[in-house]
Amino acid sequence: MSFSPTEPSRRQKWVAGTLVVVYALVTILPLVWIIATGFKSPSDAIAYPPKVVFEPTLEGYVNLFTTRTRVSEEDFAALPPPSSWYEQIVRDSGLVIAGPSRYGARFANSLIIGFGSTFLCMILGTAAAYAFSRFRVPIKDDLLFFILSTRMMPPIAVAIPIFLMFKNLGLNDTHAGMILLYTAVNLSLSVWLLKGFIDEIPVEYEEAALIDGYTRFQAFYKVVLPQAATGIASTAIFCLIFAWNEYAFAVLLTSGTAQTAPPFIPTILGVGGQDWPAIAAGATLFLLPVMVFTILLRKHLLRGITFGAVRK
Amino acid sequence: MAQIKIQNVRKDFGTFNAVRSSTFTVEDGEFFMLLGPSGCGKTTTLRMMAGLELPTSGQIFIDGEEVGQRPASQRDIAFVFQMFALYPHLNVRRNISYPLHSQGMPRAEVKARVSEVARILDIEHILDRPVGGLSGGDRQRVALGRAIVREPKAFLMDEPLGALDAEFREHMAEELRALHDRMGATTVYVTHDQLEAMQMGDKIVVMNHGVVEQFGVPQQIYDWPATKFVAQFIGSPPMNFLEFEGTVGKGASEIRLGEAVIAVPQQLEGATGALTLGVRPEHIRLTPDAAYRGQVLASEYLGTTQIVTVETVNGQIKARIPSTVIVKPGETTGLEFDARTLTVFDSETKAALLSVANKGVHGHG
Repeated sequence: MSFSPTEPSRRQKWVAGTLVVVYALVTILPLVWIIATGFKSPSDAIAYPPKVVFEPTLEGYVNLFTTRTRVSEEDFAALPPPSSWYEQIVRDSGLVIAGPSRYGARFANSLIIGFGSTFLCMILGTAAAYAFSRFRVPIKDDLLFFILSTRMMPPIAVAIPIFLMFKNLGLNDTHAGMILLYTAVNLSLSVWLLKGFIDEIPVEYEEAALIDGYTRFQAFYKVVLPQAATGIASTAIFCLIFAWNEYAFAVLLTSGTAQTAPPFIPTILGVGGQDWPAIAAGATLFLLPVMVFTILLRKHLLRGITFGAVRK
Repeated sequence: MAQIKIQNVRKDFGTFNAVRSSTFTVEDGEFFMLLGPSGCGKTTTLRMMAGLELPTSGQIFIDGEEVGQRPASQRDIAFVFQMFALYPHLNVRRNISYPLHSQGMPRAEVKARVSEVARILDIEHILDRPVGGLSGGDRQRVALGRAIVREPKAFLMDEPLGALDAEFREHMAEELRALHDRMGATTVYVTHDQLEAMQMGDKIVVMNHGVVEQFGVPQQIYDWPATKFVAQFIGSPPMNFLEFEGTVGKGASEIRLGEAVIAVPQQLEGATGALTLGVRPEHIRLTPDAAYRGQVLASEYLGTTQIVTVETVNGQIKARIPSTVIVKPGETTGLEFDARTLTVFDSETKAALLSVANKGVHGHG
């Protein structure tokens, strides 16, 4: 084996590899535990010592999507046989299904508000970042600082003013209100991140497009946007994760129509005892969209910004 | 193809004045060099021709049409960037065809044009490659392809060879010049390299501090610089300056340098005070019995010639003489100047005084 001063040695590689694997395990363990708990029976979920091997059941998921009720023994015996697998699961625990839970609707709210605000944030953020990056904007540096300064206090500090403002504007517990709010909170970060990415794109590309007979707007979306895809993708992931997981404003400003999943999931705790499998099931499903979104955009995250068409 | 006329063009960036009242004309089919040190305003001038900057005042005519305030997309010119600026997300073929798509040209015609251009530039084999992995020379060719494919009114090039290796630059310079001769396209080329300008250009504009110092064919500029800046910027080693206090009378054909009398072309302009005699290194001969004397400091051997540095009472000068002449550092020698080639400058205004020799070049007076 030849020795190279730049290539890490076999031992360095081994140490680095081990560290990465250990770190990955530490990070993934809570996730694995949550997912596993979702498939446990309520007694397995609280068993001590904790059960690593258990008999999987879909009870948690059924409980997550249904509301159940107890009926008298005569009525229970008089019921027709269960018509579906999930009804069977509920019957096995001595209950009957009273109706669907609100989890589906809350989950849909999360999707609408999370992706809606991310989308809006990307449009406004890219436009603003492009302007800040390319045009001579008066007092540019001050403006950029003002924009960032909105993130310098804890968002909850402005919760009460926002609550009162939303009340007057009729935005309380509306999708539009929550989309606006999350967009406003995320915009400063996305303008800053995107400006960095757009600054990296040499202005010559647009100039070349202008010379080639395209308008500035065409140059922007045909040349700048494809180049900025990496930056837009990673910024979008940040924005979505924030909007998706946000709890405090959601508790305060939504209660019904526009309530998102984060404030809803803990309410399961109150219904029929501490139903940990149902909570774990709710959390597992809640993880999926962000995971899928991140995996879809992963190749943009990993790819370099430019790949050598410009010599610097 | 077209003539480009620049009239009293001025460009300010805030309080900074980048180009000050420039006027010159690029004739149809000319290979035109914009030459100057960095920061002299040559790139800004080129970008104003392209429409990437709009002039603060003045007019730009392309093909007789005033386009000064029009955006780049409406000027029908091609621009070759120093960094090439190939679209990194498109392959070679798409890069070259990109300007044609903006004109809404039919597919079949686009294809025909691209293959024609690829054939001219000898890049047919890389048409379907991504631009990322190309060598410097191939990127340069693709950038040229994108420029020539739409048959524009003029080519504007901003130091297009600046990003290439020295070895390859020479080759590309020849290729560029050959391409120009073949297409007869009006080309404006920005460079800070005086050798490149002399070698490739039909005409040169020399700029400094946003001002056009001189405008003409390479040999005129080399032989009869209009200002001390041009004299020093062009040529390697540059023109020698012998500073002296004195008088040149109108109609005089000699000047006094200390004890020596030096013959110069007959002067059409007189001046008194601080003056400078400009002499190119190759117009100096070392003659033992000449009246004007100096002491040899050093000699650099360059093959067939050598550069000899001589200390005189009017400052150090460099002479280019055949290497067969033997010179020893420390010895005192006489210096003789070729009278037909000398220029007298006014040290105050830094401008050349008009003589019978340079009046053909400097129109004024």
